[in-house]
Amino acid sequence: MKIHEYQGKEILRQFAVPVPRGIAAFTVQEAVEAAQKLGGPVWVVKAQIHAGGRGKGGGVKVAKSIEDVKRLASEILGMQLVTHQTGPVGQKVRRLYIEDGADIQKEYYVSLVTDRASQSIAFIASSEGGMDIEQVAHDTPEKIITELIDPLTGLGDAQAKKIADAVGIPADSTAQAVDVFKKLFNCYMDTDASLVEINPLNRDSKGNIMALDAKFNFDANALFRHPEIVAYRDLDEEDAAEIEASKFDLAYISLDGNIGCLVNGAGLAMATMDTIKLFGAEPANFLDVGGGATPEKVTEAFKIMLKNPKVEAILVNIFGGIMKCDTIAHGVITACKAVNLKVPLVVRMKGTNEDLGKKMLADSGLPIISANTMAQAAQAVVAALKA
Amino acid sequence: MSIFINKDTKVITQGITGKTGQFHTEKCQEYANGKQCFVAGVNPKKAGESIFNIPIYASVKEAAHETGATVSVIYVPPAGAADAIWEAVEADLDLAICITEGIPVRDMLMVRNRMKAKEAAGGKRTLLLGPNCPGLITPEEIKIGIMPGHIHRKGRIGVVSRSGTLTYEAVAQLTEIGLGQSSAVGIGGDPINGLKHIDVMRAFNDDPDTDAVIMIGEIGGPDEAEAARWCKAHMKKPIVGFIAGVTAPAGKRMGHAGALISGGADTAEAKLAVMEECGFKVTRNPSEMGKLLKAML
Repeated sequence: MKIHEYQGKEILRQFAVPVPRGIAAFTVQEAVEAAQKLGGPVWVVKAQIHAGGRGKGGGVKVAKSIEDVKRLASEILGMQLVTHQTGPVGQKVRRLYIEDGADIQKEYYVSLVTDRASQSIAFIASSEGGMDIEQVAHDTPEKIITELIDPLTGLGDAQAKKIADAVGIPADSTAQAVDVFKKLFNCYMDTDASLVEINPLNRDSKGNIMALDAKFNFDANALFRHPEIVAYRDLDEEDAAEIEASKFDLAYISLDGNIGCLVNGAGLAMATMDTIKLFGAEPANFLDVGGGATPEKVTEAFKIMLKNPKVEAILVNIFGGIMKCDTIAHGVITACKAVNLKVPLVVRMKGTNEDLGKKMLADSGLPIISANTMAQAAQAVVAALKA
Repeated sequence: MSIFINKDTKVITQGITGKTGQFHTEKCQEYANGKQCFVAGVNPKKAGESIFNIPIYASVKEAAHETGATVSVIYVPPAGAADAIWEAVEADLDLAICITEGIPVRDMLMVRNRMKAKEAAGGKRTLLLGPNCPGLITPEEIKIGIMPGHIHRKGRIGVVSRSGTLTYEAVAQLTEIGLGQSSAVGIGGDPINGLKHIDVMRAFNDDPDTDAVIMIGEIGGPDEAEAARWCKAHMKKPIVGFIAGVTAPAGKRMGHAGALISGGADTAEAKLAVMEECGFKVTRNPSEMGKLLKAML
């Protein structure tokens, strides 16, 4: 789960990581009031969307007067902000963050992620802060250092100092940097984060270290023990179909193609999408109905897929293991009737009571195309699309 | 023969009294030698009772001591699952199989590192399969986990995959063309897990009764590439490879927590290329896995 920058900074404050003073604003009026409260003389008006690259996209501007704040807030609020992470349509800006202007002397990059291979926490740092880190990784990979932290022992002074030295933090700021790094590590662990990224981490002209941005992502599996983080969820930033699907415990992701897919199991769902592409079409979604594909769940899954106007045909691929094929056939038939299905439907069922399931589909009177293999199903659905 | 488990394996079920644990324990008991294999359950509140004629003990240690069981299967809900794994490790079992889906990553990080610290200090090594996995099966001998038993046939092909239903798909294809399986192993879809592709490939390589292997992977993480490189140097048996997720967009979690493209090296295309380089017969058509393997024998 992602959150906004201003929420991330609230969390950083709780862990005593230095951040600039700032106030969130939902209207231009609130932005002006926030600026007055902060007092200036320099403010930063920052668009709050979940995607990165906001500065380059024109969503972060410096203001030197209250009038500036007012003008910039009205420009940015409501704009369709396009960054390299939003896609061409962009994301509508509904929230602003008004922040004290910072005395920027040198910008660094730091982030924490879980490293699968070593099963530890990777602390990634660079002297090249304030820019797109992917670009740095591509152009000057030697300027990015990675330090693996044992989750049992945590980040100690020596290892934190090693990181500070490696990115060239001057000696008079080392103690502060070590302190900030250790706090960031504690923050990562305590909040069950899957990403904490500070870009830039600033060193000002007096040598003080401060986080000027905050990007967080959290482990969805651990949200049950973090109601305070769940409260930060902003549904405006999420895909409506994905939100709807999550209510029914369905894993759904919108894609750009025109063939709706309904599959049980994440691996099989991806394999089905890949097979559709192999035969020349594009999937409209990823949808894993999970192990318990009840008629109710299948019906909801159909409704969610069909809300996407791009869907011109549907492929259902179910491996009936514990869930029997006749139960799934019942679910598919119920769903087709409930949603009054108008687009071609190809069903491939395999496993327990396969023959009974196929017979039920054939006897249902519904125009369902049956297929034996994933490849045949994909070919059939592509053919139906062209028919 | 088989890898990791056979008809003589004795199994403890952790979380046997929960809904999922009960449902699958019954199915595992019904399969092949299951009645002899599933010898104990664990629930501290119900110690002394029994379920499906399986005695329930207060702890894994006690269950292992009383029954001689060396393997456990875990259906404990996510919040307590990592502790359940640790209990199996502390009881010095040979293998713990964690079916539970949705365990917090931090909990898995902690238990995995505690396991490594125990081994480093000279303690007994307990293998972990999973979490978020279907388990493993040696057809017509023993099934530990949630896979449908009836699609499997005894034979000489190994199957390893992160995904449950994709494992079943491969197994069903093999069975349909007359090729049985030595063992089928689901290593699970989580980013922090126990046995990896490389560990299972190593076991299949050493197993005199496995002739060839289907190795199935997914987007995300370095494991498949690492296994492929090991196979290039050591594997003596033909391998068919498939990676799911060619169409998956970057940065989105595709159902499995581990199925998320984060860099450039963990895309399906990149992994397929490494596998091909390392001598795997790779396919982009998952319906062909069985057929391709048969052609290689």
